[in-house]
Amino acid sequence: MTTTYPFESEATGDELTSVGTPAVRIDGLDKISGAAQFVDDIDFGPGLLHAAVVESPHAYARIVSIDTSEAEAASGVVRVATGADFPYKFGMYMEDRYIFAQDYVRFVGEQVAGVVARSHREAVQAAKLIKVEYEVLRPLLDPKSAVADGADLIHPDLANYTHVPWFFPEADTNIAHWRRVRKGDTERAFAEADYVLEDTYHVPRYAHCAIEPHVTVSKLDHADRLTVWTASQSPHTQRHLFAEALAPLGFTHKDVRVITPYVGGGFGGKAGVSMEIIGAAMATLVKGRPIKLRWTREQEFYNTYQRQGVVAELKVGVMNDGTITAVEHKLYWDAGAYVEYGANVVNAAGLSATGPYRVPNITNDSLCIYTNLPPGGPYRGFGYSEFHFGLESHMDRLAEAIGMDAVAFRRKNAIVEGDELAYGAHMNPSGLHEAIDKTAAAIDWGVEEQSDNPNTVIGKGMALFWKAPAMPPNASSASFLKFNEDGSINITVSGMELGQGYLTVMAQIASEVLAVPVDKIRVETPDTDRNPYEWQTVASHVTWSSGLAVEKAAVEARAKIFDVIHQVYGYEEGSLYLEDEEVKCKTDPSFSKQLRDFVIDGIQTEEGTWRGGPIIASGKFMPEFTNANSDPATGQGGHPNVHYTVGATGVVLEIDKQTGRIWVRKAALAVDAGRAINPDLVKGQITGGLVQGLATVLYEDMRFDEGGKMMNPTFTDYKIPTAFDIPDEIIPIIVEVPQPDGPFGARGVGEHTMIAAAPVIANAVYNALGVRITSMPITQERVAMSYLEQSKFEDKQEE
Amino acid sequence: MQLRTTVNGEDWTLDAAPADVLLDVLRERVGVKSPKIGCERGDCGSCTIIMDGRTVRSCLVLAVEADGHEITTVEGIGYDGLNELQSLMLGNNSFQCGFCAPAIVLAATELLEHNPNPSRHDVQEALAGNLCRCTGYEPIIEAVLSAGGGGAE
Repeated sequence: MTTTYPFESEATGDELTSVGTPAVRIDGLDKISGAAQFVDDIDFGPGLLHAAVVESPHAYARIVSIDTSEAEAASGVVRVATGADFPYKFGMYMEDRYIFAQDYVRFVGEQVAGVVARSHREAVQAAKLIKVEYEVLRPLLDPKSAVADGADLIHPDLANYTHVPWFFPEADTNIAHWRRVRKGDTERAFAEADYVLEDTYHVPRYAHCAIEPHVTVSKLDHADRLTVWTASQSPHTQRHLFAEALAPLGFTHKDVRVITPYVGGGFGGKAGVSMEIIGAAMATLVKGRPIKLRWTREQEFYNTYQRQGVVAELKVGVMNDGTITAVEHKLYWDAGAYVEYGANVVNAAGLSATGPYRVPNITNDSLCIYTNLPPGGPYRGFGYSEFHFGLESHMDRLAEAIGMDAVAFRRKNAIVEGDELAYGAHMNPSGLHEAIDKTAAAIDWGVEEQSDNPNTVIGKGMALFWKAPAMPPNASSASFLKFNEDGSINITVSGMELGQGYLTVMAQIASEVLAVPVDKIRVETPDTDRNPYEWQTVASHVTWSSGLAVEKAAVEARAKIFDVIHQVYGYEEGSLYLEDEEVKCKTDPSFSKQLRDFVIDGIQTEEGTWRGGPIIASGKFMPEFTNANSDPATGQGGHPNVHYTVGATGVVLEIDKQTGRIWVRKAALAVDAGRAINPDLVKGQITGGLVQGLATVLYEDMRFDEGGKMMNPTFTDYKIPTAFDIPDEIIPIIVEVPQPDGPFGARGVGEHTMIAAAPVIANAVYNALGVRITSMPITQERVAMSYLEQSKFEDKQEE
Repeated sequence: MQLRTTVNGEDWTLDAAPADVLLDVLRERVGVKSPKIGCERGDCGSCTIIMDGRTVRSCLVLAVEADGHEITTVEGIGYDGLNELQSLMLGNNSFQCGFCAPAIVLAATELLEHNPNPSRHDVQEALAGNLCRCTGYEPIIEAVLSAGGGGAE
């Protein structure tokens, strides 16, 4: 059974001239020359003010009093704000946050008050003069204790929070959402299975570490119009949430404008709304002056979204022939103090926690648990990286237990088109088997390699991945397209160029339909006043969704072009086609008309009048086949995901047995892009995502003290990879099994490339040393200690 | 106090307080925006500039220390058109978000000036002080190696 898609991309033929080529990025020159402007690079003149915030030093406390008098009198201070100024809730999927804390603070670093001053230094100094008295409460710092009987309630009013209909909060607990999926009869399947493996895996929190910190400049002008320049993945969603949260002050959407120039990396951290609303709200108190709020690197770590930690209890049953019969996956998410966005990570993971396998009996429980740590939220991979660590570790262990090759075991169970998913819908076309085979071949799977160095051993690992975009069922994209006098094109969309190459891909899609070269197409970053709607640039969905909106606009423009030619020259529209910036005719090879001759001025008829005029077009896309309505008890009945992108990762690594040091000698990653609109950019996602994923398992480690304070909020102590810390060789492999409703068959790949990085290392470490590590990260120290423990154990056995 | 400096070939006389940081003065007073604020403690390298031929982290340099020195940023390097390294980086789609790009161009430029035919290891070492979260460094390293003539063993 397959999904029927209401729209199928028309052009999937082989004679493509722009789509499928490794075009140079259209934003490349801006970035290589220093011309690229980020929010912090925009000049706002001498009127610019600066903001700083007062942060909670406690993970959980009641605010007894706030005294701002000294700060208000301090040099350069223009305005001080506290929670009393903005008693309004906001949130992406669940309204559980305030702009400034109200009665309680729920994590270390939560903003309690803000200062606007004439200089950054004065704002920071004045913030130190605000006196907050707290009644300190006992924080809940891990999800298991937050769901224990008698645990204090972090949000006692949870039952009354507004949220999307697909969330199921448990009143009078710390469980903000519980996604249940039930399919078949797991209990019976475990009883009948030849082998059942049960274990618990631990994944800590992680930081996005975009090199550009969050920054926002907000201005309420003298006509009461609010403009916000922001480093964001989500201009329209930000406008919407600003307008909604500030509606009591009289704002409507048309009065709020969000402008997003180039953004210096996102990875999910700049999705939704986080610190930006502080600036937007404070601007409403200071008319006519732009206010800049820029997070320090430390704040970037502890007061933006963090990737949520998870404790994953996994039980899988298999038959001796290698068939997986049942999966029971319990995910206890450390979702942090506010889950307005993070609860949807939990939801997405719960729906797909079987991984890319055919599983007849499923019990998934994904629990979004409030803790007194910084708010969790979206991070490249959106919950899938987290549960794949345990799941793909488990797959290797199951294969070994029944005496089967780990790749053959995966091949046997790998999901194929038409297979029923956990929630009852069916799998889309996919090249998973091709990805497995090509990855295995790239690392010479099955060929044992010996190190020349007696102190080191070589190991190999494989892991699969899948992920679907997690988004509301009606998340949509739109585009405007216009021709210029010389036949060049301007396109406006509201997806964000995060670095993934979105603008270039949109240009290539339009280029393909309209036969105009990519370097004659400009695609601009968003301004919500002028650019049409886009939900957000998240979920690896913009190549697909926004790409369809651009394809539709281009098709509409082409129809208008043919219409003018038909009106003036009488050729049937079906006989016309575009090639090399010209209209040509299949039935009259002598005819051609250059686009630049008429796309603005039109064409003069024999009697001297004119036809046509400026060629403009629009396009929009909404996935009309999805719905998020399902039975809360079983998860059955809906069609919550549009499609899955799948792939495989393999590594060859070398480990020093004494020191635990790991060198990744070779890493191969195959991803099914449907169609790579720009193979160079897909390879960029493979390389960048893989290195980011490897960092979460090899280097990065977010530490909190017993009071819930992050202990390593700097690049000195939270290590992200440098140019030295990358594999010796990366082999990117692009698989192309077209997505029927994707533009030219394309589907997204941006997040997927980091998802299997952690388990592939765990599996290769086991392969090399015989040590199974079930907690991330797998640092040098942990490898050395685990190996030492095991050696001692083995020595004892021999004695 | 007053300081005199040359920025991308242009002479500047500026008033600076003793605690003013060179990065802030360049961005706010001279209007050169390619050195970026990333961590303000010398970890990320996004604020890299070239001072008298060597790269420095301008977030760790006081403005007054630039008195009498010559500063170059990527705006100066590519003023008359992209240099060979920049062209190779452009053609290789070396960068993604581009926030770290101006600094990395400078770090690689410094390397190639002192070592025209660097090895892969040399390139990794020269770039190790500049963090990039997007690319996995590989497309950057490739471009620097080809600018250096393919890479010495």
